[in-house]
Amino acid sequence: MVNHSTNEFRPGLKLLLDGDPCSIVENEFVKPGKGQAFNRVRLRNLCNGRIWERTFKSGESLPAADVLEREMSYLYSDTQGWHFMDDSSYEQYCAGEQAVAEVRQWLSGQDRCMVMLWNGEPLSVRAPNFVELEVTQTEPGLRGDTAAGGVKPAELSTGAVVRVPLFIEIGDRLRVDTRTGAYQGRVGKG
Amino acid sequence: MGASVGTSPHSPLPDDWQPSATLERLRQRARLLARVRTFFSDRGVLEVETPSLSASAASDPQLHSLGVEEPLFGAGRYYLQTSPESAMKRLLAAGSGPIYQLGRAFRGGECGTWHNPEFTLLEWYRPGWDEHRLASEVLELITTLTGVRHSATRDYRQLFRRRTGLDAQNAPLPALREAASAIESALGAESDRSTLLDFLFTTRVVPLLSRCRGTVLVHGFPTAQALQATLAEDVDGVPVARRFEVYLGGIELANGYAELRDVTEQRRRFEADLTERRRLGLPEPPLCERQLAALAAGLPEVSGVAVGIDRLVALALGERAIAPVMAFGINRA
Repeated sequence: MVNHSTNEFRPGLKLLLDGDPCSIVENEFVKPGKGQAFNRVRLRNLCNGRIWERTFKSGESLPAADVLEREMSYLYSDTQGWHFMDDSSYEQYCAGEQAVAEVRQWLSGQDRCMVMLWNGEPLSVRAPNFVELEVTQTEPGLRGDTAAGGVKPAELSTGAVVRVPLFIEIGDRLRVDTRTGAYQGRVGKG
Repeated sequence: MGASVGTSPHSPLPDDWQPSATLERLRQRARLLARVRTFFSDRGVLEVETPSLSASAASDPQLHSLGVEEPLFGAGRYYLQTSPESAMKRLLAAGSGPIYQLGRAFRGGECGTWHNPEFTLLEWYRPGWDEHRLASEVLELITTLTGVRHSATRDYRQLFRRRTGLDAQNAPLPALREAASAIESALGAESDRSTLLDFLFTTRVVPLLSRCRGTVLVHGFPTAQALQATLAEDVDGVPVARRFEVYLGGIELANGYAELRDVTEQRRRFEADLTERRRLGLPEPPLCERQLAALAAGLPEVSGVAVGIDRLVALALGERAIAPVMAFGINRA
């Protein structure tokens, strides 16, 4: 197993800590007087997204986490989970509920996602920054009132609810920023 | 003339040739260094320069001395000094009187926001002064350079007890381990007393010090952290090291001692360091026998202190790291 010493610590390095894969967010070298040197490290637990503040004696090593990110196409979901395919190897992976918790409301067929694998299993999924989805439910449009700048909720085909301008109608295709959930524009009329 | 600029046919030129600091910061740094020299010449303290390369190296297991091959003397190995302490004590024993040095020190493996393996250290010695009088002069120098005033003087043991509920000098090892484990389980498990004190002080006490606007003087260190300080008893009859530190904004700026003069005790501490180095599997560099000889010949009663100049300049100029006040940090060196 590969180990990383504290002097290799830098943001983005993936380590195994207390059994969970983590990514270093910040690494600070601290040394009191002529005393023991420490590394004060902020890490993101890649299983649950939580931030950890930990301290290690300088010179200590932690095992590397076998974590890598691959671009994959979203295929479908079923009772087993959410299925993705690696575009280069055609290998298929099934992600569990926790891995897709933050992105499932944006996933529709063939979306290109970044899937983080830990020991070959999907750990988390990043949706494309922008997706195009169809409106399945919203209050009737108020034509001619676009200047007022009002907004209303609209439900999309994946179940996500976004705030949209009043003129949007059922069947319209919208472009949405998945990082903020913000409406970007109408790309097709229903 | 006529040579094209920046188009070497051989290899792409690095894009990090420029200084770590702005030229304005370097001008300000130069003015501050000039004020340091004025501060000491006004007080009759002699500027000295001692070797950066020495045949011996610091014994402290926490310091990594960088070795250098010097072909002049066969396969002679020399060490870049982690501080000018040994050489300056030899000058004191030779009767130099008060001396200061503004020079480079080298500590391997120390790199970060407030550390650089090569840095500028100001070290000075005051024969006939105790550590309290020297600490006052340190605070004066910091005020002269930064305009920041002294806000508090604290006893190490009291600070430590307030933040951990434990006595830094007398608490049993298991109690220190338990307190450290509550913060970081792996660290508490196998650490020795000095490491536990360093860890608890860093995580529990320093954050408190960082809230002070002015400088904080901490004195009366536990004997496990005496280093080259003499020992004494405090008002309660508890043994204490006559060592002090000065913090500004939670950053350690100065570390001073009432210097150890007893050659037998000094040799005992050196040997204890080497034993610890052996236990840790660290290299055992040659001890400074010449420093021991100087102590044997007689060191006057003296207090000495070292101040990290890069940090002091950074804090004086409102920076929160040392690279912005260094011409070239280690990653551009």
